[in-house]
Amino acid sequence: MNAPSTMKPFRHVGTRPVRPDGVDKVTGKALYSTDFKAPGMLWGAILRSPHPHARILSIDTKKAEALAGVKAVATGRDLPTLESLVMHVGEGASDIVDVSHNCLALDKVLYEGHAVAAVAAASPEIAREALGLITVEYEELAFVLGLEEALAEGAPVLHDTVFTKGVDPKPDRPSNAAMRVEMGGGDVEGALASAAATVTGRYTLEPVHQGYIEPHACVASWNGDGQAQIWTSSQGHFAVRALTASVLAIPQADIRVTPLEIGGGFGGKTTVYLEPVAMVLSKKSGRPVRLAMTREEVFRATGPAPGAVIDVRLGAAADGTLVAADVEFLYHSGAYTANDAGAGVSSAIGHYRIPNSRVVGIEVLCNRPAAKAYRAPGAPQVNFAVESAMDELAGKLGIDPLELRLKNAAIEGDPQTTGLPWGRIGYVECLEAAKAHPHWSAPLGPNQGRGIAGGYWGNYGGPSTVNVSVAEDGTVTVATGSPDIGGSRASMAIMAAEVLDIPYEQVRAVVADTASIGVSMVTGGSRTTFATGMATVQAAEEVKRLLCERAARMWGVISDQVEWRSGEVICLDGEKQGQAMSAAAIAGRSFHSGGPIAAVAALSAKGWLPGFGVHICDTEVDPETGHVKIVRYTAVQDVGIAIHPDYVEGQIQGGAAQGIGWALNEAYIYGKDGKLDNAGFLDYRMPVASDLPMIEAVIVEVPNPSHPYGVKGVGEVPIVPPLAAVANAIHAAAGVRLKDLPMAPDRVYAALHPEG
Amino acid sequence: MSKIRVSTTVNGDAAEFLCEPTSSLLDVLRDTMGLTGSKEGCGSGDCGACTVVLDGEMVCSCLVLAPEAEGRTIATIEGVAEGSVLHPVQQKFLEHAALQCGFCTPGFIVAAKALLDRNPDPTESEVRYWLAGNLCRCTGYDKIVRAVMAAAAELRQERTPA
Repeated sequence: MNAPSTMKPFRHVGTRPVRPDGVDKVTGKALYSTDFKAPGMLWGAILRSPHPHARILSIDTKKAEALAGVKAVATGRDLPTLESLVMHVGEGASDIVDVSHNCLALDKVLYEGHAVAAVAAASPEIAREALGLITVEYEELAFVLGLEEALAEGAPVLHDTVFTKGVDPKPDRPSNAAMRVEMGGGDVEGALASAAATVTGRYTLEPVHQGYIEPHACVASWNGDGQAQIWTSSQGHFAVRALTASVLAIPQADIRVTPLEIGGGFGGKTTVYLEPVAMVLSKKSGRPVRLAMTREEVFRATGPAPGAVIDVRLGAAADGTLVAADVEFLYHSGAYTANDAGAGVSSAIGHYRIPNSRVVGIEVLCNRPAAKAYRAPGAPQVNFAVESAMDELAGKLGIDPLELRLKNAAIEGDPQTTGLPWGRIGYVECLEAAKAHPHWSAPLGPNQGRGIAGGYWGNYGGPSTVNVSVAEDGTVTVATGSPDIGGSRASMAIMAAEVLDIPYEQVRAVVADTASIGVSMVTGGSRTTFATGMATVQAAEEVKRLLCERAARMWGVISDQVEWRSGEVICLDGEKQGQAMSAAAIAGRSFHSGGPIAAVAALSAKGWLPGFGVHICDTEVDPETGHVKIVRYTAVQDVGIAIHPDYVEGQIQGGAAQGIGWALNEAYIYGKDGKLDNAGFLDYRMPVASDLPMIEAVIVEVPNPSHPYGVKGVGEVPIVPPLAAVANAIHAAAGVRLKDLPMAPDRVYAALHPEG
Repeated sequence: MSKIRVSTTVNGDAAEFLCEPTSSLLDVLRDTMGLTGSKEGCGSGDCGACTVVLDGEMVCSCLVLAPEAEGRTIATIEGVAEGSVLHPVQQKFLEHAALQCGFCTPGFIVAAKALLDRNPDPTESEVRYWLAGNLCRCTGYDKIVRAVMAAAAELRQERTPA
């Protein structure tokens, strides 16, 4: 399945060993968030707003405090008053005041489910009972959920401090338009007017949830001397430390955050909801406190990906050459300013060469939970619109949809939407691989159709710290600050073993706590194998150099006279010429030759490259029910180089499945009362095993020249193309173009039977 | 409210616990008995992360009241391996990289073993429908289904007399 286009032969890179944390996870031994208990631990619970928008007039906690077994009660008044400060922690920027108010509301609640008060008690039952004894007096306010409604004249404004960013001059009054981002250039209107074919469409999507199976939970213990420990499952324990310390206005080094195993995140565990609250409850009670969300709380109060309204116009010459694109979209920010519009703008049309373009994205505040990163944040929504429009354009021009994409696909040196040139990208290679794949030309059955879509995401690098140390017996430990969300310990061990040319089993990788390793950014943005991998390679290289230096010293030769070969040092000169010294022999005597052998690499990785993917989807549409079945699915992706192909395929398959769920079933459904109607897995229906076929992942390898092993990053991209791939397949199967997600049976049926 | 005393068998060992009448079997397994391998993903029987086998029947332990365990036999993820020797389903999950975050994995393994205990030669469709009560958000199920099929093949070989 792998394209054999690697830069050089590898011993470990590209192999598929069992992950080091595997046995713990198949036997139930691995400790996730609620598996950890601290001695004397109390159980917390959070009271949440029943209203989508209301002023808090008063909170009376006296009765709750008087209940036997209740040890602490907290409200927003227990958090320090903070100055506005935008922090680039987690995935995207957030104002620390917003983070604080989202943890515990101060004056206003901004969505149903907004945290209002918290309790710590001797048992979960007592904690829940105490919540019922807290009296909150609300003044209900008009609320707004819809994107266009939120921007309409007279709409309730969520924050009187928000004046649209990115607009010059600054607006003279606050509004729900939190941010406006625009990119592009050229004469869009002129080019569209003279184009041989144009398509126009409005596309809509509802917010969807990341859907990790493990709800948020943590344990915090904050002592009277100011020092604290937090045990939590997150995509970044350093982000948890930074955000918690900032919300509480305390030094970061006073908090030690220990990462527990994480049960999925997909971008949704890159912020804090519970940790600052658990800290306050711990300080008040003098005991460790666990806070854990129920599934319902996860849906009501944690970040969905934004829904959207997207207007697209594309124009092409008769031969299919794209001449213009005009894209304008609104994304839900939810309760606080989110970050997806910028990423959406730069992920909209950059996979094609389009001389005249205008892409505008607007973040819209509304009375929904604050939007958070979800796999390729910002990209799938706008890609759905653009890749659906491309399909329509191919139909108008009478050109094969794959050929239309190939004809216009961006290559290295072409300008991105930002104007900067693309690096060594692999979109054309993915399209060619899709074209050559047997799936593309396989016959279809009755009521079946085939769709294709391409997409990309920018990926990221950023700060990572890795410590590689050699034990006295020559075995190696790799400690990183990057939570392992899908097999990265295996990838790090592979890369270190590759550098040192020793067996994979001689290298063990662990995720270290915030006091045991230097700062590392969150596991997100497809950055970990790239950036933490780069730090792993750098630290392992330094360890190799140290081992050579020690061996040379022990042989009494200069460093130039030794060489690292097949996992040991060879003497090249003098009377010891030809002798070999193993890592075990060197490390076993390291205490007498200069001290323990270890190296830290702390870097901010540069040179990341975006990932591109092309998905082929076959659907079968039931004309009697409108049900859409996915009968075959192939996902092609350029990953640079696959370090551990199993986990690369797994990322691609999982992302595709999430995208299929977004396309067909998933949506936040609100009642007229502004309350979420489907806050559970029964009514928020994610794909199950019987909904899906095998998902064939085709790995294309166009190496990244900036990474020692060619890595580009994998995780984000596979959720980008599925939305349009499914929509285009439905169009091919049934002749109807659905522009509103999800394409649930009722909508498909209505499209098939327009007469009603 | 006084607690209820319950005598049961967990993974082959006699076990006794005290619980509230309203406690779920999952809460008792996790919080009272320290068997945290069974996970709570929803508490409403929709995700299957808490799957255990109760008197031979696969159940969501979050939907079973703890007092219902009286006199019955419970098998959890902690009892699937024989000592340090993994069950073929566990081994194939590792070899096929059928887990990413691993949170849903115990539920899938208990459910898959329950399937193979009664149907040693399932089709892909039978595997997919049997596991439809277990949510996985990471893998897209592809490698999970392959792992279960591979474990079934291995178990059939083991059972075939030489």
